Amino acid sequence: MSELPLSATADAALQAAPATKARGYWATVGRRIMRDKVSMACALVLLLIFLSAILAPWLGLEDPYKGSMIRRLRHIGTTGYPLGTDELGRDMLARLIYGGRLSLVIGILPVILAFCIGTSLGIIAGYVGGKLNTAIMRTVDVFYAFPSVLLAIAISGALGAGILNSIVALTIVFVPQITRVAESVTTGVRNMDFVEAARASGAGAFTIMRVHILGNVLGAIFVYATSLISVSMILAAGLSFLGLGTKPPEPEWGLMLNTLRTAIYVNPWVAALPGAMIFAVSICFNLLSDGLRSAMDIRN
Amino acid sequence: MLAYIARRIVYVVPIVISVALVCFLLVHITPGDPLVAVLPADASQELAAQLRAAYGFDRPLPVQFGLWLLRALHGDLGNSIATGRPVLAEVMRAVGNTVTLAIAAAIIGFTMGVLLGLIAGYFRETWVDKVATSFAIAGVSVPHYWLGMLLVIIFSVQLNWLPAVGAGPSGSNSWAWDWAHLKYLVLPAITTSVIPMGIVTRTVRALTGDILSQDFVEALRAKGLHERGVFRHVIKNAAPTALAVMGLQLGYMLGGSILIETVFSWPGSGFLLNSAIFQRDLPLLQGTILILALFFVFLNLLVDIAQAAIDPRIKRG
Repeated sequence: MSELPLSATADAALQAAPATKARGYWATVGRRIMRDKVSMACALVLLLIFLSAILAPWLGLEDPYKGSMIRRLRHIGTTGYPLGTDELGRDMLARLIYGGRLSLVIGILPVILAFCIGTSLGIIAGYVGGKLNTAIMRTVDVFYAFPSVLLAIAISGALGAGILNSIVALTIVFVPQITRVAESVTTGVRNMDFVEAARASGAGAFTIMRVHILGNVLGAIFVYATSLISVSMILAAGLSFLGLGTKPPEPEWGLMLNTLRTAIYVNPWVAALPGAMIFAVSICFNLLSDGLRSAMDIRN
Repeated sequence: MLAYIARRIVYVVPIVISVALVCFLLVHITPGDPLVAVLPADASQELAAQLRAAYGFDRPLPVQFGLWLLRALHGDLGNSIATGRPVLAEVMRAVGNTVTLAIAAAIIGFTMGVLLGLIAGYFRETWVDKVATSFAIAGVSVPHYWLGMLLVIIFSVQLNWLPAVGAGPSGSNSWAWDWAHLKYLVLPAITTSVIPMGIVTRTVRALTGDILSQDFVEALRAKGLHERGVFRHVIKNAAPTALAVMGLQLGYMLGGSILIETVFSWPGSGFLLNSAIFQRDLPLLQGTILILALFFVFLNLLVDIAQAAIDPRIKRG
């Protein structure tokens, strides 16, 4: 799958200058990203998709579960059904908007969970070092021996179909990747003078990690994590597409794409719509993440 | 060099054993009885116990793992529950098809990626660069199973130029390099190639930029070398990294082909994995994942060794 070459991302992450002047730095980053047209356009598209998913019940849409045998697979632009109907005669517009609710949760939640777990593991491994570092990082290496698509499908396939299982599977896929980045940036910060000074003045390991390390590495790890959301969206919908995620009749983009596959000979463009939603979210997150990375690279 | 290779191989051994352990444990995180697929619903307690003993499921876990690993080392990954045939033979037959697909995709993706990357890096910050970079970003952001569907809609449903599913005309049991078979390869290969295309483009673009900003390029130009000659130097310097990235991508394509193979009913390892999951054929699931992961580890090893052979600095690191 689309793993970015790790060394390149980690390098870029390391270059994201340390937050020595916390407020000034983030204010600058914010100003820089506001000026980036591509990032702002992506943010706007994502905002629209998120808002419509959250507000779906109040938008006056058709019932996304209610089908009808006499109006199956209507074309895009049919009166009353602007985006047509699916193989069971359900309104596509309503299903695409409602579908965002589950699709976004199962795509983004694994990255958030992996961000929390991976950051903790990586900072502990990087700061404590020694045997603990070896134990954590060698375990991470084992997961790197699997291509991420294979790992996600293997875990999800073994656990069985279900939303919870696919979230667990994807979290397991991303934790090692985030742990590696977190460990490498922490190792870079650990021996800096201000950490040495904190240690000399008697601060405990936990305090140093929380106060002095976390603030300096979080930005870099965060940017890396945002670049994973795109992959996670594609994989989460992919698991549903294979039948390993949610079950019918639940509206979810990957599952909709799967059930509409049989309709490509009748009404191909309606069948392709759910994939366009996944693509839109995935490319917007990718571009936004790129924009954030270059906004944080203030030296250029 | 030999010492480096030996060191690298020794380092791979624990990884291989851990990979085997993960594959072994996969079956044991599975909810429910692993015998459920073979056991009749009304089976007696004795029959269940007999089968459990026959499959070795009554032994303690570490013993089971040891025995399983020992058999795996001899090439015995058990028999498929669904078909009764040896897992290794089933997987290797399917892997052949996946390798065909991955290599075709690698050729397309690598050629396109290097071309786009060189152009984008050379004409940095111009509209040419923007177009090439957009292609790269679209390539890594597109849900490839959806791209496969789109290609089928355009080239099979609408234009009727290429077949939508399968790996050869009906009646053909094995792959052959003629047009009758090749036309089945076109759409899956293009679909698979977009991710490596995107990643290689990004890598080559960044490399080209770095190389062009180095002093020796300035020196080449100063001594009067024409731009084509400069370009040749850029390619020479970018090639090792680009090839290494492509090598890793080949591994990802081998292991990650399940979604594309499902869309195109391509009879490869991913397709096999899919049926293993849905028939709850656990030995087959375990065996397929083990073999694919080992391929991936092996490819990583090859890439490392090849890089060290090209760039002597790596050996000392």
